[in-house]
Amino acid sequence: MILSEASVKLMAEKAEQYPRRKSAILPALTIAYRQVGYLDDAVYKEISRAIKVPYVEIAEAATFYTMFPKKPVGKYLIQVCHNISCALMGADSLIEYLEEKLGIEKGETTPDKLFTLISVECLGSCATAPMMQINQDFYENLTPEKVDQILDELRAKA
Amino acid sequence: MSFYSPVRTNAAEAASDEKLHLFTYVEDPEQHTVKRYEEHGGYTAWKKVLADMKPEEVIEKVKNSGLRGRGGAGFPTGVKWGFVPKDSPKPRYLCCNADESEPGTCKDRVLMERDPHGVIEGMAIGSYAIGCHLMFIYIRGEFGHCIDRMEQARKEAYEAGHLGKNIYGSGYDLDLIIHTGGGAYICGEETALLNSLEGEKGLSRIRPPFPAVEGLYASPTIVNNVESLAAVPHIINRGAEWYKKLGTEKSAGTKIFSLSGHVKQPGNYEVELGFSLKKLIYDEHYGGGILGDKKLKGVIPGGASTPFLTPDMIDIGLDYESLVEQSSMLGSGAIIVFHEDTCIVWVILKLIHFFRHESCGKCTPCREGTGWLEQIIRRIEAGEGRKGDLETIEDLCGNILGRTICPLGDAAVMPIQSALRLYREEWEYHIENKKCQVKSHYPFK
Ligand SMILES: Cc1cc2nc3c(=O)[nH]c(=O)nc-3n(C[C@H](O)[C@H](O)[C@H](O)COP(=O)(O)O)c2cc1C
Ligand code: SF4
Repeated sequence: MILSEASVKLMAEKAEQYPRRKSAILPALTIAYRQVGYLDDAVYKEISRAIKVPYVEIAEAATFYTMFPKKPVGKYLIQVCHNISCALMGADSLIEYLEEKLGIEKGETTPDKLFTLISVECLGSCATAPMMQINQDFYENLTPEKVDQILDELRAKA
Repeated sequence: MSFYSPVRTNAAEAASDEKLHLFTYVEDPEQHTVKRYEEHGGYTAWKKVLADMKPEEVIEKVKNSGLRGRGGAGFPTGVKWGFVPKDSPKPRYLCCNADESEPGTCKDRVLMERDPHGVIEGMAIGSYAIGCHLMFIYIRGEFGHCIDRMEQARKEAYEAGHLGKNIYGSGYDLDLIIHTGGGAYICGEETALLNSLEGEKGLSRIRPPFPAVEGLYASPTIVNNVESLAAVPHIINRGAEWYKKLGTEKSAGTKIFSLSGHVKQPGNYEVELGFSLKKLIYDEHYGGGILGDKKLKGVIPGGASTPFLTPDMIDIGLDYESLVEQSSMLGSGAIIVFHEDTCIVWVILKLIHFFRHESCGKCTPCREGTGWLEQIIRRIEAGEGRKGDLETIEDLCGNILGRTICPLGDAAVMPIQSALRLYREEWEYHIENKKCQVKSHYPFK
């Protein structure tokens, strides 16, 4: 089992709330993603059992939604917003800075599998730009010092 | 940091100005709890509605208040509620649109994180008005913290008896489901949102039928933005007349503007509609002026899909009508400011890249057109523009505008058309000299 008991329980509860169980697909994908960090066939199959919705329906819907990595990523998935408000506040420089600090290019994972770096569309933190999301957490009003500190803390925790 | 999001707000002003109401308590770190919300008068409107008002009276009151949708289109909220067929035997649904993905927009997030019960109470009143017993809030999946906050608020609202069966002994039942998205901008469009809520891909639906007649599970459904619904309890408590007097004649009420980009003090500011755009950008209580005291070059006034304003156009009121007069739109109230060191082609490239990425792909003009546009604009930006490129862009825009299933196609081309009109020489310079007039590469400090 990839999904934890807690995740399965949460999903099953969600599915009970809706008039039609199929509606629980996206929330279930989100719950799985928050626990596992990515979604693939094996995860879809477990979701299918948890919410009692056919596997194909889950897999089909999931292909449309870009938020979920479709294969394992680093322990910390760094997503930098590259849209206009963040770009005006230096998102491009932030990405370059992270590439340099992590020694990888955008789209890659560090050899120790700790960090994956990607850039994404607007994350709704436009007035606290530039920003990045790492797994579930938002880090806003970023400066080089803050980025250094965040990366150090995550490394220490890992 | 006492709040999850460190975003600046004008809550202090809202607390001392009785006209402002959405932001009154957003700097209170306990406002998200049901206890504090009740201490601040929360859920009294909901109680009043269930005890003394008929659904038609609620609709009438919201109509009379002049409240218009804050999600982008500005459609009168009460009028929309009135479209739900009275005689339909099907269940009715209300969906609060918390997809908040229009670039530049970061206001609904603050309401959900810091005052989630205000959103729930507004949803409840709206539900009652249309005869709905099961309401949804569709929150974009990236907003993990909002999702957790709303789940917690939901739990507390049930425990306190504000939701559930036979609420306050009125005989009215109402349930709430917190739904989460998967990172698709198009799911903010109401018909795509409904497909997504049904567990399908987030593709837009052809209208008619309109959701108010045939929406979620083919039943009458109302979709409203977070901010629209959050205003409703205040209208019930203080009256339609009070609300109507705020703002301008045709644009009643207050609006939260998300101010971002090259200003000294970006933030979310609640002001009356009709508030001066210039003041919002320059006044020390709001934007505080342009970063580095540079010269203003342009403003995107209502989110990434609205036409640009040049500096000579900013001496206007922020209301639906004034922006239309400037050939733009109030949109979601996301004001993006950029100064003189910004290349307009670069700005447009960021925007078109976004729309191309977010096109759901259902109709050809949008799916193919946004792709071509991005290719050409990327080429120009890289200094490889060719003679005739601008005409091709104009042609493509003309072939997308008004020819798509949902408004995303229009949203993609309107900023481009305005940028070509307002900053034409800069595009021409780019193509002729094979480079930017200014290089938009900003450090992050
Ligand atoms: C591409 C697209 C994206 C949209 N995104 C949002 C959104 O994130 N939030 C929102 O409230 N409305 C969004 N809308 C507008 C909705 O379709 C709908 O008009 C709105 O939610 C209605 O609520 P209101 O009447 O309270 O404004 C979007 C529309 C389009 C065409
Ligand atoms: S306009 Fe674009 S986003 Fe809207 S339905 Fe057509 S392809 Fe999809």
